[in-house]
Amino acid sequence: MAEFGKPDVIEEEVDILLIGGGMAACGAATEMARWAQARNLKVKLVDKAALSRSGAVAQGLSAINTYMGENDPTDYVRYVRGDLMGITREDLVFDVGRHVDSSVELFEEWGLPVWKQPGDEGKKLKDGGKPVRSGKWQIMINGESYKWIVAEAAKKAIGLENIQEHIFIVRLVTDKNDPTRVAGAAGFSVREHKLYIYKFKACLLVCGGAVNVFRPRSVGEGIGRAWYPVWNAGSTYAMAAECGAELTLMENRFVPARFKDGYGPVGAWFLLFKAQSMNAAGEDYQAKNYPDLANYGYDAYAEGHKMGTCLRNHLMLKEMKEGRGPIFIDTPTALKKLAENMTPKEIKHLEAEAWEDFLDMTIAQCGVWAGENIEPDKERSELMPTEPYLLGSHAGCAGIWVSGPEDVPGTPAHYHWGYNRMTTMKGLFTAGDGVGASGHKFSSGSHAEGRIAAKSLIKFALDNKDWKPELGRTVAELVEEIYRPVRNYLEYGNYTTAIDVNPHYITPKMLQFRLQKIMDEYVAGTSTFYQTNAASLKVAERKLGMIKEDSLKMRAKDLHELLRAWENYHRILAAEAHMKHIQFREESRYPGYYYRADFMNIDDKNWKCFVNSTYNRDTGEWKLKKVKYAQLVKPGPGEPEGIARPGSTV
Amino acid sequence: MPTFVRTDKCDGCKGHDKTACVYICPHDLMKLDKDGSETGHAMKAWNQEPEQCWECYSCVKICPQQAIECRHYADVVPLGASVQPLRSTDSIMWTIRFRNGNMKRFKFPIRTTPEGSADPAAGLPDPDASKLEDPNTLFTQNAHKFDASQFSVNN
Ligand SMILES: Cc1cc2nc3c(=O)[nH]c(=O)nc-3n(C[C@H](O)[C@H](O)[C@H](O)COP(=O)(O)OP(=O)(O)OC[C@H]3O[C@@H](n4cnc5c(N)ncnc54)[C@H](O)[C@@H]3O)c2cc1C
Ligand code: SF4
Ligand code: SF4
Repeated sequence: MAEFGKPDVIEEEVDILLIGGGMAACGAATEMARWAQARNLKVKLVDKAALSRSGAVAQGLSAINTYMGENDPTDYVRYVRGDLMGITREDLVFDVGRHVDSSVELFEEWGLPVWKQPGDEGKKLKDGGKPVRSGKWQIMINGESYKWIVAEAAKKAIGLENIQEHIFIVRLVTDKNDPTRVAGAAGFSVREHKLYIYKFKACLLVCGGAVNVFRPRSVGEGIGRAWYPVWNAGSTYAMAAECGAELTLMENRFVPARFKDGYGPVGAWFLLFKAQSMNAAGEDYQAKNYPDLANYGYDAYAEGHKMGTCLRNHLMLKEMKEGRGPIFIDTPTALKKLAENMTPKEIKHLEAEAWEDFLDMTIAQCGVWAGENIEPDKERSELMPTEPYLLGSHAGCAGIWVSGPEDVPGTPAHYHWGYNRMTTMKGLFTAGDGVGASGHKFSSGSHAEGRIAAKSLIKFALDNKDWKPELGRTVAELVEEIYRPVRNYLEYGNYTTAIDVNPHYITPKMLQFRLQKIMDEYVAGTSTFYQTNAASLKVAERKLGMIKEDSLKMRAKDLHELLRAWENYHRILAAEAHMKHIQFREESRYPGYYYRADFMNIDDKNWKCFVNSTYNRDTGEWKLKKVKYAQLVKPGPGEPEGIARPGSTV
Repeated sequence: MPTFVRTDKCDGCKGHDKTACVYICPHDLMKLDKDGSETGHAMKAWNQEPEQCWECYSCVKICPQQAIECRHYADVVPLGASVQPLRSTDSIMWTIRFRNGNMKRFKFPIRTTPEGSADPAAGLPDPDASKLEDPNTLFTQNAHKFDASQFSVNN
C-alpha cells in the first residue's frame, strides 16, 4: 500500500496530453474530438482541480469580453494593440478574432444564457440574434454556470475516462535524444499517494497565469481575495521556461483598477451603466491629469479619452500619489440617470442587473457591500488598483512565444516557423493565458485558441505517428525531485517541538511571503506605487537567487502542502522571469502597470519591440533579447500615432 | 474571506459517492475530518486554509445540505452580513443580508438546457477531414468575415 512519502509511481503513454482544465483546455478537448483523424489518437486531460469549477471562470462571469458580431477582426487587432501599448503579435490576435464567435455560438447552443436586445429575445446568436453589448467587443450573459456548461461539453467530447482531475503537474521533461523537444510531464495526485509520469508526442500547456507573486493588499484572512484566482500559480510560464521554451513580454503585467477590497469588476459599471470615477473632491481626475501624459511621451498613445488600460491607471495613480484620494466610482448618479425614463419595474430590473454583475463573478464584492451597508444605488464605492498579476489573456500579455498561423498577409518569418501555437520547443503547444504578446482574448478567445491549437496538435501527432518518446530523466530522478519537500519533512520534522519553526526547512507559506515581499519592495509592487529602478532590480536578483536555493528546502507535511510547495516554486520562476524582463527593458512601456523610475519615458526608437527570454535550468541563467515587432494591420483612422508607428529596428 | 461549515447541517456527504465540497474546491481547501481528530467534529468537512479562500462559492453552491456559508474576511469586512445562494439546475437564488438588517433577494437564470444535455458538436456534422490544415475553419465553421485590404504587406 502506498503511503505518505512512499507513493506509487504510475507511468502512462498517450499521444496528446492536455495540461490544465480551464477555458483553453476545454476548447481543445471539444475541438479534438470532432476530427476523425484524432479518434485513433490517445488524448488525456489532467487538471489540478475539478473541471466544472477550475480556472479563472470557477465562479462564473457576467460578460463574454470578446465577440466580434458586426465588427471586423482586423479592427479587433487595432483595439488590442492600442490597449497593449503598440506591441502585440497581430497574427495571433487576428487568428483569435476570426474564430472567437464560433466558440460563443457553441456556448449558447450548450445552454449559456446570452442577453438579447429587445425584440430579439429567444433568437440565437447564430441566427442573427442581437446581443446586449456592454462595449464594442463585450456581450452580457447570465454566466453563473459558464464554466460548468463549457466543461460539460469538454467532458462529453473526450470522455470521462480520458480526464484525470486533482493531478498537479510539476514539470515537463525533454526527450532523451532531442533536447529541443518535449517528451513527457511529471506530477502528483493531491488526493492519493500517487505520482504520475506521462509520455507523449505532444502536449498543450494551459495552466493559466500567475497570482500571489506580489504581496497582496490584504493582510490576514483576506489575502485569498486577489482579483486573479488564487489557484493559478504561474505553472504555465515556469514549466515552459524550465524546459527551454522562449518566453515573451514577461515584463508586461496586469494591474486592474477594481472596486476596493472585494475586487469587483468595473467593466459593466463603466461601459453599460456609464458610471464616472472621481477623486475625493468629486473632480474628474482623468480630464484634469490628461496633460500630464505629455511629460513622458505617453500622449502619443492616447487619442482624446481613448487610451490603454495602463494609462487610465496612470492617471488614477497620479491622483492618489498626490494625496487627492480615495478614488470613487459614482454608482448612485449612474443608476439614477439610467432610471430617469424607466418604470418602477424596469428600475427593479436594473438594480438586479447591477447586483448580478458581481454575484455572477465576484461574489465577495457583495460581501463587502453588505458588510459595510453600501447599496450601490445610494452610496458610491471606492476604486483601487490591485497588486500585479501575470497573465496573457486579459488586459495583459505575458507568456510564451509561439508560432502563428501561416496565412495572415505580411507575416514575417520569425512569426511562423511551424505548427500554429507551437512554442520554440517541439511538441509543446499553448493557448489562453499561455500565449504571450496577444492579450484581450478573455474567456471566449481562450476557448477558441484552445481549439486552434487542437487542430495543430492533431496534425503534429499524426506527422509523428511513429516517433517514440523517451524521457531525458529517469523515473527515479523525477520521484526524488517531486517528493523532496515530503522527505525534508519526514527527515527533520521531529528536530524541533514546533512543527513550523525548524532550521532544516521552510514552510511553503513562509516562502510565499518572502517572495511576495521581495517582489513588492524591489520589483514595483503596490508599496512603491509600482516603481522600480536598476539598483532595486539588482537587489531583487540576489534575493531571488537565494529564495530559489531555499526552495529546495520547502517542507510538505501532507499532500495539500506538497501542492502549495510546487505552486510556490512555479511562482518563483514566473517572478524571476518578470523581474529579468523589467530589468532588460530600459523604458516605461506600461505606465500605470509599472515604472522604471530611471527610464520614465516610452522610448519607441529603441524599445518598440518584443523582449524574449530563455532559461537554462542547469545553470539557472536567463538570456534576453529584443525581437522585431511587425505591424500587419494598417493604421486605422484616429489611431494614436504611437500605436500606428512601425516597430524599432532591433 | 473564508467559508465555514455548520456542524448542525453537514453530514459528511455520507449518502453520496463524492464528498462534494472536497471534490469541487479549485484550491484544495475543503477537507473531511473522518474521525474528528483534526476539528473535534467527526465526519464533517472544514476549510483547512481559510486565508487562501477566493470566496468563489463553488463549495457553497454544491453542498447538498446547504451546510456551507461565508463569513466575509474578518481583516476587512465588518461583521453581521451574509450572502447566500441556493442553486438549482436552471437558476440561482441569492439572499443578501446587510449588517444593518436590510435584505435583498435576487433570482437569475443559469442555463437554458437541462443539465447534462450539452452536445459538444452542437448538432453539426463532422468536419471535412481535408480541412485539418485549413487555418480558416474550426469544426465545420468558417472564420468570421474580414476586410483583407486592411493588411499591409510591407514587413
Ligand atoms: C477575475 C477575472 C475576471 C474575468 N472576467 C472576464 C469576463 O468578464 N469576460 C471574459 O470573457 N473573460 C473574463 N476573464 C478572462 C478569462 O477568465 C480567462 O481569459 C480564461 O479563463 C483563460 O483561460 P485559460 O484556459 O488560459 O486559463 P484558466 O481558465 O484559468 O485555466 C487554468 C487551468 O489550469 C489548471 N492548472 C493550473 N496549474 C496547474 C498545474 N500545475 N497542473 C495541472 N493543472 C493546472 C487550473 O486548475 C485550470 O483548470 C476574467 C478573468 C479573471 C481572472
Ligand atoms: S458538501 Fe456539505 S454536507 Fe458534504 S461534506 Fe461538504 S459541507 Fe458536509
Ligand atoms: S469558496 Fe471557493 S475557494 Fe473557498 S473553500 Fe469554497 S470552493 Fe474553495
